[in-house]
Parts: sequence; structure tokens; C-alpha cells
Amino acid sequence: MNENNIAVKVEGLTRTFGDFTAVERISFSVSRGEIYGFLGPNGAGKSTTIKMLCGLLLPTGGNGTVGGFDIVKESEKIKKTIGYMSQKFSLYDDLSVEENITFFSGMYGVTGKNKKERKEWVLEMSGLKDKRAVITKTLPGGIKQRLALGCALLHEPPVIFLDEPTSGVDPVSRRNFWSLIYEMAKGGTTVFVTTHYMDEAEHCDRLALIYRGKIIAEGTPTELKVQYMSRYVLEIETDRTFEALEVLNRSGFETALFGSLLHAVVDDTKTAVPEIEKELEKADIKVIRIDKIMPSLEDVFVTLIESA
Amino acid sequence: MKFPRIRAIAKKELIQIRRDPLSLAMAFLMPVMLLFIFGYAITLDVNNLKTVVCDLDKSMLSRELAAQFGKSDYFTIIDRVHSYGEIDGYLDRGEALVAISIPRDFSENIKRGRPAELQVIVDGSDSNTATIALGYISAVTGLFSEKIAVRQSPPLIETRVRVWFNEELESRNYIIPGLIAVIMSVIAALLTSLTVAREWERGTMEQLISTPVKTQEFILGKLMPYFLIGFIDMLISVLLAVFLFDVPMKGSLFLLAGLSSLFLFGGLSLGMLISIVAKSQLVASQIAMVATFLPAFLLSGFMYAIPNMPKPLQVITYAIPARYFVSILKDIFLKGNALHMLLFETSLLGLFALVVFAIANKKFKKRIE
Repeated sequence: MNENNIAVKVEGLTRTFGDFTAVERISFSVSRGEIYGFLGPNGAGKSTTIKMLCGLLLPTGGNGTVGGFDIVKESEKIKKTIGYMSQKFSLYDDLSVEENITFFSGMYGVTGKNKKERKEWVLEMSGLKDKRAVITKTLPGGIKQRLALGCALLHEPPVIFLDEPTSGVDPVSRRNFWSLIYEMAKGGTTVFVTTHYMDEAEHCDRLALIYRGKIIAEGTPTELKVQYMSRYVLEIETDRTFEALEVLNRSGFETALFGSLLHAVVDDTKTAVPEIEKELEKADIKVIRIDKIMPSLEDVFVTLIESA
Repeated sequence: MKFPRIRAIAKKELIQIRRDPLSLAMAFLMPVMLLFIFGYAITLDVNNLKTVVCDLDKSMLSRELAAQFGKSDYFTIIDRVHSYGEIDGYLDRGEALVAISIPRDFSENIKRGRPAELQVIVDGSDSNTATIALGYISAVTGLFSEKIAVRQSPPLIETRVRVWFNEELESRNYIIPGLIAVIMSVIAALLTSLTVAREWERGTMEQLISTPVKTQEFILGKLMPYFLIGFIDMLISVLLAVFLFDVPMKGSLFLLAGLSSLFLFGGLSLGMLISIVAKSQLVASQIAMVATFLPAFLLSGFMYAIPNMPKPLQVITYAIPARYFVSILKDIFLKGNALHMLLFETSLLGLFALVVFAIANKKFKKRIE
């Protein structure tokens, strides 16, 4: 990877709070224009990492750069080149939509003709053109998040950090939010995003799976599914789904209901498929089909955590 | 440092203050309330001291002396007793604060040109009142002896007392300017004590510190709206002092405004520093209250004269801005002093403001701890 093409790079980044290690020696790099996802459960160290990258929190070990600036020594320079949207809504609740936008353009030093243009852009992208005088407190969660994103993008930063931008947002708003992120990335903006939604992680160009402060896997969503999945997922269709689930679980197969189908995780397909067929036949259940399928990220994650 | 950024912060702060009518009302009512409560409660003038008279001489002169006490506003004769022993009961029960006992040979001594003694007993449990009472007593007896001396022979020395700067010796005249200094110390710190802590508590600070805003811009921008409120509070206090409490205003209003601004800058910066360090609104407001009220009240020279304090305490008073503001306000109100007479106070007030502002800047971190 060309050095000039790197937006974020960290090595051995560590943060402890007393005895607790929130982030433990993580290393990764993000190229310009990439959507880089940090996927992990709550408390895995995602927010801690993002805060260190934004220059809000000092690391206790390791080093890193954002936009070429050192995260420890040049944090104020970093703040000029990034947009940050925190997990918790952090605009001013008692200010109107427009007042919030005006305030943050002041903070980011957006002035003159540009100031007006950018304000209209934020109002447009958040769908608040005719609600500019509304007090922010009264807006629904999804709209608030879009406004927060808009305010973080007022100065058109080349790198943006989004900490769980869609937590607590309804599915339609979530999809809209992601189309915005795509648009940003298409325009050359580097997007660093954390999430605990598996389906959202699929949207990222590259992913790091983070668990208990450590990166346990990294790669594109497809790479992760292919490389890290040591076991296979079989999709089974039968004429009596519930009975089949009972039969397979009783005979020791790790089986779960998946809509009207069953998913069984097996070590070896060659031996497992005939065995499953035999067990179901014994119970007089008709097997319609058994297919080997691509595991979901959730399958990958669960498998990795079990082996971690 | 960029002015547009300072202005953006000041504007945002002002909008937030305006949207919070309760705190806004508090900000303007506080000086009025405090000035009323303390202005009327603390008055060092002593009137109507309850007095019991024991006249054993029962002469014309002794009755004239007793009447002299009775006539003055300072003493109210509640009873006359006929034996010395009866006095104790009045003082023990707290019915009287002063007892005047005129001995049997009082008039006889005066007639013969010998010094006549008068015994006065004062309840010393309130030493302040007792001291003032003693002053009044010697004034009344002095006047009395002058009167009889004139009757007998030409007086040798005639004393004419003139009090400067507060001719009517109204304690209110020097209490109110000092009180304004005390009240403004508390208000200034309280006004800003919530402002930074509130942003941490509400989570808005996280977004703010992720922007390129500089610490000085942030603090200056936040100070501005509170400076405006503080200045209005100061104006209200001065108007009340002049028009309600009838305190004479002899000095220059411009000088008063200028030095008040200097004082406000320091006081507001102190509140800001407390807010930055405390990070919690409740803790910050309590610290601001304790850190300003007690020192301003007790160690500023407002209640107790600084030269009478123990040496170590005197040293501490130098670090209390109210000390300088109390004397500045008294001097401008009562003496009409010009700036060149207040240079010491002014420079130390300025030093305090600069030091506190610098510490506040240093303590504010654009990071999460």
C-alpha cells in the first residue's frame, strides 16, 4: 500500500483504564476512500479506539496517525481534518436545527459564501429544509443522527469517524444512513465506522472484528467468510421443519431454525450430509434438499469467538 | 485565535441562557435579593439600647444625667431601680443591655469640683454592640460634663469632632458598597460555575472537543455572555445602593464601570476554572459558593478590619479579590477617589484575573480523561 494513500494507520495501539484493558495492541491501516468497519459487541473497545483516533483520548501504548498526523502529538491538527460523530447524540438539544449548524460551522471555521452553501447542504441531506427553526430536542432519533452527521461534515473533512451511527435508529433510516455513507466514500472520503449490526458490516469495504479489546480477524467481508470459517454451514429443507430440528439436535448436530429452513454447522460436509439424511429418513421426514451455503458474518463471528 | 469562533461560542451560549428563563431570572434577581437580605440585616447602627438606671444620688444633677440618656435615640430606659443589687437581675435575664448606676455622692462631688464617678455596666456577650454602646455612653457623659462645666466656669478645652467621608456616620454607607463587592464575588463565580460542567454532563463536550476550536477561544467565548449578565447585575446593585439605600456616590461612574469589569473578569474566570475542574454542575456550584462567599464575607475587610486579623490570616486576604473590590467600592462611593489612588487595588485585581484565567486555560483539556 502506498504511504500517501493511507488515511489511518495504527500500530500496537493500547488503552487501559486502571486494571482494565479496553484496547489491546491493535494494528491496522485504512486507505483513502475506503469504508472501514469495526465490528464487535458492546464493550469490545470500538468507541475507545475511535476516541483515540480522533485525538480525544490518549493511548497508553502504541502509536498511530490520522491523515499523516500523530494521534498523540498532533491531535489538534487531526481535529482540523476529521469529522467525528459520537455514539451518543451530542449536538445541543436546546438549540434549533439551524443554530446547531451555524454553531458548528463556526467551530470548524467554515466562513463566507461557503458557510451558507454548506448549511443548505446539511439541511438538504438531513431532510430538515422546512424545519430549520425546530428545536433539536423534538426531532426523532433517525433525523437527529443525520443532522449530527451533517454537522460533522460541514468542513468537508477527508476522514470521518462514525461511532455506532445507527444505534437506536429504525431500519428505514438505517438504510438511508448507509446510502449517505456510500455517497461520501464515492466522493473520496475515508469512512471509519463502528457497528454491532452484522448486516451493516456487510456494507463495509474492509472489516476488523474486535472482541475484548483485540482484533480477532480482518479482511473484506468475503475474505472473512472464506478464510476464517473452519466449519461449514448446511442449509436443509424438509417437509416437517420442526420435527427435523428436534431429530437433528437430539442426534448431536448443531442445528438452528432459519425461517422455514434449518442451518446446521458441521466440521466435514462429506460425512455429515449422509448422516443427516440417514437420521431424517429414520424419523420418516422427507429431505427436499441439503446445500452447502456461504456462512453469514454472524456465523464467522460466533465461530471466531468460540475459538478465541 | 480567531474572533469568529469566539463570537460563535458567545452567541450559542447566549441563546442557551435565553432559552432557560428560570436561570436567567435567577441571574438578575440574585443581586436584588441578596442586597435586600443583607442590606437590611447587617446594620451596625445600635439604637434603642435597653437601659436600666439606678439613681442612688436622687439629686437634680443625677436626674438630669439620666434624662440625657433617655432623650437620646441610642438608649431606652426600661426601668429605674433603687438598689445596686437589683441591676444584676435585669442583665442576667437579658432584659437590659446597659445599666447606669449613679453613686450617692455624685452631685456632691461635682459641686465641690471633684471628679464624679459614674458606674456603667454593659452586657459584653455581644462585644460589637457593647463596644458601640460604650462609645455612646462616653459621648452622652461627655456632653453632660461639658454642659455643667459651662455652667460652672469657662471650659478649658472644647472638642469638636468631625467625621470625614461618612459624615452622618451611617453604617449603611460603608456596609452597602462592601456588600456589593461580596455579593458580586459570589454571583460572578456562580454564573460561570455551571457552564463547562453542563457540557460534560450533557455529552455535548465530546463533539465540541473534536472540533479545531482552541482553548482560549472556548473560554473567552463562554465568558462573554456571563460578563454581560454580571455587568447588568453590578448596575442593578449600584442603582439600588444609590436610590434605595441612599448611599452617596461621589466618584466617577466610568471608573466604577472599568474596575467592576476588571473584577468581573477575575470572578467569572474563577467560576469557569471551578467548572472545568469539577466537571459536575452540582459540585461546581457548591464549590463556587463556598470558595467565594466565606472569604469575601469574612476576609475581605467587609466584616472585620484586616489590620486586626492575625498575621497569617492577613497574608491570605491578599489572595482574595473581594478584598480589593471592597476597598475600591468604598473609596469610589464615599471618597470619590480617582484611579491613581486605587493603583494598588487595581493592579492586584488585574493580577488575580490574569492568573485565574491562565490557570483555567491550562486546566481545560480537549481530551477525555
